[in-house]
Amino acid sequence: MLEVRIHGRGGQGAQVGCQILAGAFFRSGRHVQAFAAYGGERRGAPVTAFVRADDKPIRLRCDIERPRYALVLDPTMLDGGAIVADVEPGGTVVVNSGAPLEGALPPGVRLVAVDAAGIAGRAGLGPIVSTVLLGVFARATGLVSLEDLQAAVEEGSPARNRENLEACSAGYHAAAGPG
Amino acid sequence: MTGVETVAGQRRMLLTGNHAVAYGALRAKPQVIPVYPITPQTPVLEKLLEFAQTGELTGEMITVESEHSAMAACIAASLAGARVFTATSSQGIALMHEMLHFAAGARTPVVMVNVNRTLALPWGFWADQTDSLSQRDTGWMQFYCESGQEALDTVLQAYRVGESVLLPAMVVIEAMYISHTLEPVEVPGEEVVARFLPPFEPERRLDPACPLSVGNTTTPAQWRANRLAMHEAMGQALGAVAAAGRLYGELTGRGYGATESYRTEDARVVLVAAGGMAGTAREAVDRLREAGVPAGLLRLRLFRPFPAAEIATALAGAGRVAVVDRNCSIGSGGIFCQEVRAALSALGQGGNPVLSYIAGLGGVNVSPERMMQIARDALGREGTNPEPIQAEGL
Repeated sequence: MLEVRIHGRGGQGAQVGCQILAGAFFRSGRHVQAFAAYGGERRGAPVTAFVRADDKPIRLRCDIERPRYALVLDPTMLDGGAIVADVEPGGTVVVNSGAPLEGALPPGVRLVAVDAAGIAGRAGLGPIVSTVLLGVFARATGLVSLEDLQAAVEEGSPARNRENLEACSAGYHAAAGPG
Repeated sequence: MTGVETVAGQRRMLLTGNHAVAYGALRAKPQVIPVYPITPQTPVLEKLLEFAQTGELTGEMITVESEHSAMAACIAASLAGARVFTATSSQGIALMHEMLHFAAGARTPVVMVNVNRTLALPWGFWADQTDSLSQRDTGWMQFYCESGQEALDTVLQAYRVGESVLLPAMVVIEAMYISHTLEPVEVPGEEVVARFLPPFEPERRLDPACPLSVGNTTTPAQWRANRLAMHEAMGQALGAVAAAGRLYGELTGRGYGATESYRTEDARVVLVAAGGMAGTAREAVDRLREAGVPAGLLRLRLFRPFPAAEIATALAGAGRVAVVDRNCSIGSGGIFCQEVRAALSALGQGGNPVLSYIAGLGGVNVSPERMMQIARDALGREGTNPEPIQAEGL
């Protein structure tokens, strides 16, 4: 089972982002599950979102405590790496950051940092960085095709469809392939 | 409506639990939908409004000023012979409490979805079963669903059963872990649903052409007779739930019962759970079996009427029984466990060792590892526990 955890703040698109990623996995023929945990709908409040994908039906109804993949939409949430300390060895952490990152990742975890805020800003999306990072995730892990992801963005973005597609594609092309 | 068409006119879509129950309601073609929004139920209302705007939903939506009024409107519309749907959660169902008794006493087969959410105080938005379990004695049937798919399917079955025995029915899903979880759901086609669910045609209804009133003062004997009739109807509902679950299975490929036994044959420890947590327990059972621990799961789907005999039969051969409650009756303990113990005792199986575990109160995460820990703990304990065991402390 593939497990992805997304950390962001209300308004950055973590909740919609988890649904888009689930939509992309679903298009590739997998069973999926996506949900977010948030305390009331407040801008700026921490949001954690979860995505599971598997070849068989998913029965778990709980948070993801040891993900193989994590997306961090706001680098200030990294807290010196604490927020992703439980990512599995061999996993990948995708972070919205144009600057070098301080703090340690767990051993054997790959860090992929992209200035998603810059890309989102240029695409006219303001603080919504989730579609950029989904593009980065697709390229960096090879787990989902850009085509499936774009189709899911097209269906799942509630507004500014063209901008989100552009941002997603730019994120994809800004990242290196699977390490 | 997007998605992929599968068997029998079903459409496979990615839906949250909230949207899945809205599709269930849409297919049941309710004529009146009084509803008041509350987190985390609001997307149910929003989706139904969307259906109303596109013309798919032809029933009348009534936005009322409170949940108390929502249920009052449900009762009146149902007495007039309309099929009625509503949904609520937490403080909303608490405010409805008085009217829930009215609905059952008036024998109105209202169907309501309740999203299990913490009750204040403290304020919270998370999964906890206390809001619906607190309505245990209102005379409503209660179904606890493991997935969005099951919730959709159960809305339709609740109408069939409720309208046959004239009792209201509650379809319960957990906050976030089902209500806000996006997953593949098969939405049955209108033709299949029409074959499963006949129109609601009550023998008696409020009708200006033939005036009558409901809710007059009764004598003690009349009051008693009404209560006993409700109790008898609950008894009939047990059979009706089983029959509806079977027929639904024949039509859609997804059958349901009042309970579900999973790998309980030869099990030395059986986890008992309801709602979404049962899915996590199912995964835990498989992992325990892989590790050589003979574990099983008894999932409780129906809580009222309580399927006591079915539970006793299912647990007859079980070594240890561990009931996992995401609720706590303050001053007593886990509510499902109390019910299971009472049923076994009443049916002469008081010797079955039933342990009580409280897990995930207030939406605290219950992982498969936690479920495995509970099963292992139950296996290693002597006797039973008078005080519930807090799973997070294991």
